[in-house]
Amino acid sequence: MVRNAMTGPELSSTVRLMLNGAPQELTVDNRTTLLDLLRDRLDHTGTKKGCDHGQCGACTVLIDGRRANSCLLLAVAVDGREVTTVEGLEDDEPHPMQAAFLAHDAFQCGYCTPGQICSAIGMLDELAEGWPSAVTAGPVHLDDAEIRERMSGNLCRCAAYPNIVAAIREVAGGD
Amino acid sequence: MTRTWQAAPSVGHPLTRVEGLDKVTGRARYAADIALPGLVYGWVVPATIPRGRVIGIDVAATLAMPGVLAVLHPHNAPRLADIGEGTLALFQNDRVAHRGAPVALVIADTPERAREAAERTAVDYLPEPHDADFRPDHPGLYTPDHVNPNNATTTDKGDVDAAIAGAAVVVDREYRTPAQHNNAMEPHSATAVWADDRVTLYTSTQYAYTVAQSLTRLFGLAPGTMRVVSEHIGGGFGNKGAPARPDAALAVMAATLVGRPVRVTLTRPQLYPLTGYRTPTAQRVRLGADEDGRLVALEHRAASQTSRLVEFTEQTAIYSRAMYAADNLRTSHRVVALDVPTPRWMRAPGEAPGSFGLESAMDELAEACGVDPVELRLRNDTQAEPASGLPFSSRRLAECLREGARRFGWAGRDPRPAGRRDGRWWRGTGMAGAHYPARTAPTTAHVTALRSGDYVVRVAATDLGTGARTALTQLAADALEVPVTTVRVLIGDSDFGPAHGAGGSMGTASWGWPVVTACHDLAHRLASGEPLPPEGLTSTFDSTDAVGARRDLSRYAFGAHFAEVAVDVSTGEVRVPRLTGVYAVGRVVNPLTARSQLLGGMTMGLSCALLEESMMDARFGGFVNHNLADYHVATNADVGELDVAFVDDPDDELNPSGVKGLGEIGIVGVPAAIANAVWHATGVRQRELPIGPARAITSGQ
Repeated sequence: MVRNAMTGPELSSTVRLMLNGAPQELTVDNRTTLLDLLRDRLDHTGTKKGCDHGQCGACTVLIDGRRANSCLLLAVAVDGREVTTVEGLEDDEPHPMQAAFLAHDAFQCGYCTPGQICSAIGMLDELAEGWPSAVTAGPVHLDDAEIRERMSGNLCRCAAYPNIVAAIREVAGGD
Repeated sequence: MTRTWQAAPSVGHPLTRVEGLDKVTGRARYAADIALPGLVYGWVVPATIPRGRVIGIDVAATLAMPGVLAVLHPHNAPRLADIGEGTLALFQNDRVAHRGAPVALVIADTPERAREAAERTAVDYLPEPHDADFRPDHPGLYTPDHVNPNNATTTDKGDVDAAIAGAAVVVDREYRTPAQHNNAMEPHSATAVWADDRVTLYTSTQYAYTVAQSLTRLFGLAPGTMRVVSEHIGGGFGNKGAPARPDAALAVMAATLVGRPVRVTLTRPQLYPLTGYRTPTAQRVRLGADEDGRLVALEHRAASQTSRLVEFTEQTAIYSRAMYAADNLRTSHRVVALDVPTPRWMRAPGEAPGSFGLESAMDELAEACGVDPVELRLRNDTQAEPASGLPFSSRRLAECLREGARRFGWAGRDPRPAGRRDGRWWRGTGMAGAHYPARTAPTTAHVTALRSGDYVVRVAATDLGTGARTALTQLAADALEVPVTTVRVLIGDSDFGPAHGAGGSMGTASWGWPVVTACHDLAHRLASGEPLPPEGLTSTFDSTDAVGARRDLSRYAFGAHFAEVAVDVSTGEVRVPRLTGVYAVGRVVNPLTARSQLLGGMTMGLSCALLEESMMDARFGGFVNHNLADYHVATNADVGELDVAFVDDPDDELNPSGVKGLGEIGIVGVPAAIANAVWHATGVRQRELPIGPARAITSGQ
């Protein structure tokens, strides 16, 4: 990260990051969030802005494999990091989570969907690593209650929740 | 009307959403996702007083801030036509009608610069005394000429007072519902761009054609100048309705001023005062019945609020006009104009709060008569609309009640309250009926056969997550007798001609009519050997006359909801482990997307029952919990087992698609079913929403 001097009260910085496997380097207004960087500067509009406050999860992306609200991160804070958005999940064909969301009708308007899908992928990794949640009793074990609890940071006003649970369960192969 | 929908190779099958792959991969472009060269950003400067005048804006200081291109305000804004819509009369005078109303718009080259400049814009006000306190006994309450959208304010049949005076059993209760916000996941956004003497507006609206028409009149544009595009919409639930929301007008105004494409996206907190909400309601329901629970009289009175800008009266009591038989029936509405944001449609306006009143009162009547709540509703079933006397085109409420009771396992329920302690939980069950009007509005559609063997349907419909695009694809494919893979449905473009919007559960019914009819016409022309020119062969149908020629009948979808609740004995937290919804909604075009819509409606009902309340601080005239951390909507963990089922509901008196619409009925009655279940669990009546922890074990009685 390089800080550039600017006239007036504004400051900008040069940020380098890996976005969906491709290197990016650009100068950003220091006030720019990662979400706005993706959407307004890099035309990666799959990641959505629902609240801009970290309250809805629509902007969820994976940073070094961990799920994060991109609206709560300044772009300068992801310098040198690997960012994966919904656009980076496809590998010739849709990611199994994307296919499962489609098959189970795990969305309606689709606006929260990129965030739900990134969140679900990150969540399954957390589960595999044995991270407990508020509903965990004993060893970590995938079930519907765990999925519901761990996915409750991603609001869906259309309320496709039961179908989201079904889609994630199919991908996870749990009971 | 002859039945046109018997053969159904695609209709009735669970086709996944035709735009689904675009949505799960992030390729679907919503209003704020459209990339345009030279795009700049408009940011609203909201009023920070609830009533008064703007006496000065330091425009020069704002213009000197980095990147600022212009400031729109009352002294430089274009004069707009009066189209009878106060929320769109932006910057036309110095009045402040409510906290959060736009007093200026800052346009800058980046969103960061626009936001900072807007937030630093200094505005001087001359405040005036205000009143933002809705009360059921407010002296300003009056009887409006009509209630939303154009229903009679009052109906009065028989002699309600005499019938109640002579009734064996009387229930007379007041019910309250709070202000609620739609909170679609996608905030409102509008991007306007002028090119070739036309202005194109990319915006998130349920009503592309209507928005184009209203903005054309607002700005005094020549017909055909305005094009509205809304290909993908991130939810609406009534919040992105007609005629337009302020962001749309602001974008057009700003793009005209600066000569560049301008995007105006509202922040989540800005949605609360600017885009509409469900009014708080105060209702009084009086029921008179014989000892067996048969109604002799029903009175439903409702009060609600509106703003100083627009008279919007929620049609709360109309639910009681069509639900249960009563020879003496009176419904009425009053409204008070306050210094508050303008209330609008939110999923099932009228029926959602009104069903809380009536279906809760019916549960109290069941208790008073010692009659099972399902049986009580069956005893008061009717085949003619109670208020109007018109016959129903079909009414399968009884089938919904019986099937719901069967699926839920209602039989053998102990009616006594507070008798089921299970560890830390009181357990109980409750139910409610539901209905929602099955309306159809005129629409024009075009269908083109191409030489490639494909077909293109064009209709200014919108798909805000309903599955409309998919349902229309299936209806068109069946009408053409071709595979769905050969049909492409283009929607969300006002250039496709007059069309009703996605509101009032009227979408598929209204759009399907001309789509199906034009497809039949096209198939007939092709079969009769009409040549296929290089540009394709197009059939167009305008359903205006056909819709107007329908018989005068009462057309409704019906349903029944059953809820199981568990109430924590010490905290009062209410959980809903189980909800069952059974519906008679005409023909189900796509059972996959239909189920999803009903799951969504039921969940929003659960959310309204337990969580949702927009808190107005009357001292300041603003909604203080204007964000998704303080305004709670149901999350994944709030939802238990949801069961959706349909009863067979053939109805030849609707429209060529045979559909009644199902976007809204899923929310109707759910809060009452849950409130009735909470009473059954705890013995505490719930006459005010939401049933938060404090209320669940202490209020009522």
